[in-house]
Amino acid sequence: MGLSKVWVYAEADGDKPATSTLELLTKARELGDAVECVFVGANADALAGALGEHGATKVHTVDNGDVLAGVIGAAALAKLVEAEQPDLVLFAQTYDGRDALGRLSVKLDRPVLTNGVDLKLDGDKPIVGTAIFGGNTLVDTELEGEKPYLAAIRPKSFAAEPSGGAAAAVVAVEAVDAGRAAEAKVLERHVEEREGPKLEEAPVVVSGGRGLGSAEAYEPLVEELAKLLKGASGASRAIVDAGWVPYAKQVGQTGKTVKPKVYVALGISGATQHLVGMKGSDNIVAINKDSEAPIFSVADLGVVGDVHKVVPKLIEALKAHG
Amino acid sequence: MNIVVCVKQIPDPATPGELDPESHTLKREGKLILDESDSYGVEMALQLADKAGGGEVTLVSMAPNNEVSGLRTALAMGAAKAILISDDALRGSDALSTAKVLAKAVERAGDVDLVLTATESTDGYSGTIPEQIAELLGWPSLTFAKHIEIGDGKATIQRQTEAGYDVVEASLPAVVSVTAGVVEPRYPSFKGIMAAKNKPVDEVKVADLGLGADQVGWAGARQKIVDVRAAPAREAGEKIEDEGDAHEKIVAFLEQLKVI
Ligand SMILES: Cc1cc2nc3c(=O)[nH]c(=O)nc-3n(C[C@H](O)[C@H](O)[C@H](O)COP(=O)(O)OP(=O)(O)OC[C@H]3O[C@@H](n4cnc5c(N)ncnc54)[C@H](O)[C@@H]3O)c2cc1C
Ligand SMILES: Nc1ncnc2c1ncn2[C@@H]1O[C@H](COP(=O)(O)O)[C@@H](O)[C@H]1O
Repeated sequence: MGLSKVWVYAEADGDKPATSTLELLTKARELGDAVECVFVGANADALAGALGEHGATKVHTVDNGDVLAGVIGAAALAKLVEAEQPDLVLFAQTYDGRDALGRLSVKLDRPVLTNGVDLKLDGDKPIVGTAIFGGNTLVDTELEGEKPYLAAIRPKSFAAEPSGGAAAAVVAVEAVDAGRAAEAKVLERHVEEREGPKLEEAPVVVSGGRGLGSAEAYEPLVEELAKLLKGASGASRAIVDAGWVPYAKQVGQTGKTVKPKVYVALGISGATQHLVGMKGSDNIVAINKDSEAPIFSVADLGVVGDVHKVVPKLIEALKAHG
Repeated sequence: MNIVVCVKQIPDPATPGELDPESHTLKREGKLILDESDSYGVEMALQLADKAGGGEVTLVSMAPNNEVSGLRTALAMGAAKAILISDDALRGSDALSTAKVLAKAVERAGDVDLVLTATESTDGYSGTIPEQIAELLGWPSLTFAKHIEIGDGKATIQRQTEAGYDVVEASLPAVVSVTAGVVEPRYPSFKGIMAAKNKPVDEVKVADLGLGADQVGWAGARQKIVDVRAAPAREAGEKIEDEGDAHEKIVAFLEQLKVI
């Protein structure tokens, strides 16, 4: 027995749906007979093709103007849920997804399960899988009580696959009232420059940690190696908190989950909160001068050595390799 | 300016976590400490109150067994007083029930301009509680703040985004969730630690907040853990000492994977 209607809270990445949205749609198709999206923003028309191709038949949309997206998302959802009665509403564990989910749970008085890495059904009840203790223990939790069930899933938990559906029908939601919450307005947007592929989508990720010794070492060691391997550069939280690199580069529990073909960890100890974000990589290479560092317990190739010695030679060798 | 900081008291993250074999929830008995994630909110609140030229910083915490160790740490940093909600009826509370309790406690604190939380707790990390508190209070919220300014009855923050950050503002009263590293939390001074022993802690029960026992704890959670298992372990591969030629091994490894 499946669910009749599963909704996905869609997000955009420019003029395309976010990859996390397509991942959720792929899963939603498996669980429900009908799959629809709710999207907050001005460009639903641009997304409708790709959303449909991944299984959504309809996208309910509302333009938030300069109001924080999640606030409008929750208000729109609360209104729609009453009329349309979805069984399950899925969110990606993202900034706006979390905002919308938190507020919606109060409006509907429904519990939420967050940080999901897996999703299945027991009859018509969803079971959300989460990974705790640095991903060493898996917990399955079943939602009970009244529908709709609400859950947030971490990006990269499922692979996005198109089903070949036609473009989703775009349906505008009538004016929504979010009350005082709508006083939260976005005044400016700052975009940090990025070269090369996106961290979550790169086939190779090179990350640096406190073992680099200084902020100055990040560019010549981590960025340079990432560039040569046509990958993206990442970081441990230690050097994000220290202000060496922007938060967008953080891999781990409170950062991104990555699953590249190769993950290279330079001067990273391998704390559980870091491991949970990269343990799913196909291959892991680690360089650390402490032979007891926990990162070696997950590394396919572990090098006990100094990043300042090994990495420059590696960079030279790769340049010579051409 | 009166500020409430929600602070969670948690088992020391340095000791390995354990699940209760019966309830499958995190064991939270024994001594608890201030969640480091909340030390940023406490510091931020003290700085903002200082800048505003007055007002009180009140702590709100929900914890089992009337635990106050973590609260004392935050009081020693400089917070004026605390509200502690501790009640057997709260056992098994999920994020929404916790938010209901915290929102009621904020109302109990009285005349509040700003509520600060962390973006997520170290042991639970549901990450929805700040928004849930804001919605319950009917207030705007500014989430994922890495910088905060208060002025003209408004809060203006830099909100972390996927691409960088947005500048977002809202009128007060509001809820703001702060990221780690937003400020450098101070160490409590000896004087602060001594003073903290005599600062008032208002200990309340669920009923004092006007909540029914069916809204919180196991009854309110409406979810059940159906399976707990060990994740398939990832095997460690080869480990080599660098003798000056480790880079060659790495190149060979990457070649074999056809990455180069
Ligand atoms: C709630 C919570 C959430 C968290 N979320 C995250 C998260 O999302 N991501 C994350 O990464 N962390 C996270 N952390 C932090 C995590 O616990 C660790 O503190 C952090 O990952 C450590 O970063 P690091 O490995 O760079 O630094 P360290 O642990 O200090 O390790 C540095 C390593 O470098 C090695 N080293 C030193 N010099 C050299 C050299 N010259 N050559 C080679 N190796 C060298 C050392 O042997 C050491 O192993 C979180 C923590 C909490 C409490
Ligand atoms: N029991 C609690 N007592 C006080 N504050 C809490 C409690 N639980 C969560 N919070 C606050 O809400 C934030 C987010 O928590 P969570 O949703 O569990 O990740 C925490 O960082 C705290 O600031």
